[in-house]
Amino acid sequence: MITAPRFCLIILISAISVFVVPFSGVCQEEYDYINISEPFMNKIPMAIPVFRALSEDGAEENAARRASGIMRDALAYTGYFKMIDRDAFLVDSANQGIVSGEINFKNWRDIGAELLITGGVRSNAGVVQMEFRMFDPLRQEMLLGKRYTGTAENQRKMVLRFCGEVINRLTEKTGLFESRIAFVGGEGEDKSVYVCDFDGKNLRRITDPRDIVVSPAWSPDGRTIAYTAYSDDQSNIYVCDADSGEQNLFAAYEGINITPAWLPDRPGMAATLSFEGDEEIYILTEAGKIDKRLTESWGVDVSPSFSPDGRRMAFVSNRSGSPQIYVMDLESGGVKRLTYEGKYNTQPEWSPVSDKIVYSGMKNGNIDIYVIDANTGEKSRLTRATGSNESPGWSPDGSMIVFSSTRNGPSRLYVMTAAGTDQRRLLDMEAQQKLPDWSP
Amino acid sequence: MVKRINIRFILFCILVLSLAAFVSCAKKPPESAVSQEKQQQVSETETTAEAEKTRQAQQEEEISEQELEARKRAEAKQRREKQKEEKARGQFLSEKVYFEFDDSSLTDDAREVLRRKSRWIRDNPDACIIIEGHCDERGTDEYNLALGSRRAESVKDFLVKTGVDASRLTTISYGEERPAVKGHNEDVWTKNRRAEFRFCSGK
Repeated sequence: MITAPRFCLIILISAISVFVVPFSGVCQEEYDYINISEPFMNKIPMAIPVFRALSEDGAEENAARRASGIMRDALAYTGYFKMIDRDAFLVDSANQGIVSGEINFKNWRDIGAELLITGGVRSNAGVVQMEFRMFDPLRQEMLLGKRYTGTAENQRKMVLRFCGEVINRLTEKTGLFESRIAFVGGEGEDKSVYVCDFDGKNLRRITDPRDIVVSPAWSPDGRTIAYTAYSDDQSNIYVCDADSGEQNLFAAYEGINITPAWLPDRPGMAATLSFEGDEEIYILTEAGKIDKRLTESWGVDVSPSFSPDGRRMAFVSNRSGSPQIYVMDLESGGVKRLTYEGKYNTQPEWSPVSDKIVYSGMKNGNIDIYVIDANTGEKSRLTRATGSNESPGWSPDGSMIVFSSTRNGPSRLYVMTAAGTDQRRLLDMEAQQKLPDWSP
Repeated sequence: MVKRINIRFILFCILVLSLAAFVSCAKKPPESAVSQEKQQQVSETETTAEAEKTRQAQQEEEISEQELEARKRAEAKQRREKQKEEKARGQFLSEKVYFEFDDSSLTDDAREVLRRKSRWIRDNPDACIIIEGHCDERGTDEYNLALGSRRAESVKDFLVKTGVDASRLTTISYGEERPAVKGHNEDVWTKNRRAEFRFCSGK
């Protein structure tokens, strides 16, 4: 009578959140495992042996194996690490200890592992406990240790939580593993906004099919997505709940209502409207009412993207005769042209963590992705593939970029590191994919 | 014997004839003149009435034939006009305005087409027009949506300058989403950089 409610309470709380218990005695000595200037060029060799089942009967073996697979894939996805093949391990990890005293670090040093992550899984009546430790085999010290408790459905979440700790410990960045990606998927009359996890998992369609859907954009709290869809031959901006898919009309002014971008520092968003006979960028209130017109130049002004502090806005304008990227200081209203090379530079997106702006530029008919510093104008090219590489979007920690590419025919989503390395498909999805936006 | 019979036959014939002549003469002579005259008069009147009737009928027929002819001619004219109108309407709808790459300014050809369209719109004051702006597949989605809008607005501005009431014109951009022709070469792109015209729904 007493234990039953208590047990239910544990389940209830576990379902809501994942308990985190940090281990004591974690060494916090500063050492740069990741080269800040070229983090993706010299990948850190990392070993993640299969996690151990911690019960006497070893009932968690499958869960442990699955968890170690999730961790290896998630950390490899970041581009910081080179995962050492388990066939190269000198010890049978299933029988090895997972705490400092039980690990022979020489075995890991000998295969070149600079980081080692061990883990254990314990399961009892639907409640799963997972503990993970990251070691530096060379220094023979633990860098990080955490224990998580939750329900069976929360296992991926627990593993990803630790991955977040690993990246935070090594780069001081946060947010990648909880983030999601929204994009437009489908063809012809059947296009919708889709949402998937940062790594392409948990793919879901969230809006009704339409023939024209463009520019999904995440709200700063990561709960809502604004996008443009055509309905009854009107181009309107809608907002929809990223989980329930419930959608509401946000702006339907005469002409076009496109490229919504939420304000990072206050409610409301910026968007391009043409009701005054010219495509200009306006600030709209939370209720979709016009607060202020930002651009004052004849011609196209489109695709606003704000600096993290909300004080500056990058956008595209053809005021000089061709589409180029400009930066506006919102307080003074002053506008500075940022791109000069090439005749077609569009789709700017301001990094959520720095003054870098990623954009797509056309050269000899091909569109590629570039990064430019908003202050110095220094730029570098990230893609060199055939076909068009478009719509770049930053991960919330600024370490990765998602984009669409026609390099293999139809438009598909790809991801790469912020340095342009490790370019690969995001999704195993048949239909076309374009216009991705990475959540905060 | 033969002679006596012949004389008797001749005499008999004469008697019969004279009798016949007497009977006919005794019975009819006084009436015959009048009735003959009357008969003649009636027949004459009848003939005149019939002729008049025929003539009238002919006249009526002629008039109705003329009316029919006039109606036919009017109908044909109407048909021709309707056909002409429909042709003009069809031409108005089908004729597109083309643009250069990444350009919303109107070429000389475009202006020529738009002058015709302007006339049509002014001749058809009930028509409510939607101007669609389109782009080729090159370039990026969002900018193309804006460029398509810019193209539609250029067309609208020109039509308004030529005397069309701005309130009758609405613009919409489809960017590169609705190509007129599928394909990936210059020929196709040329056909897809365009403004199209259609009537507001319900018109």
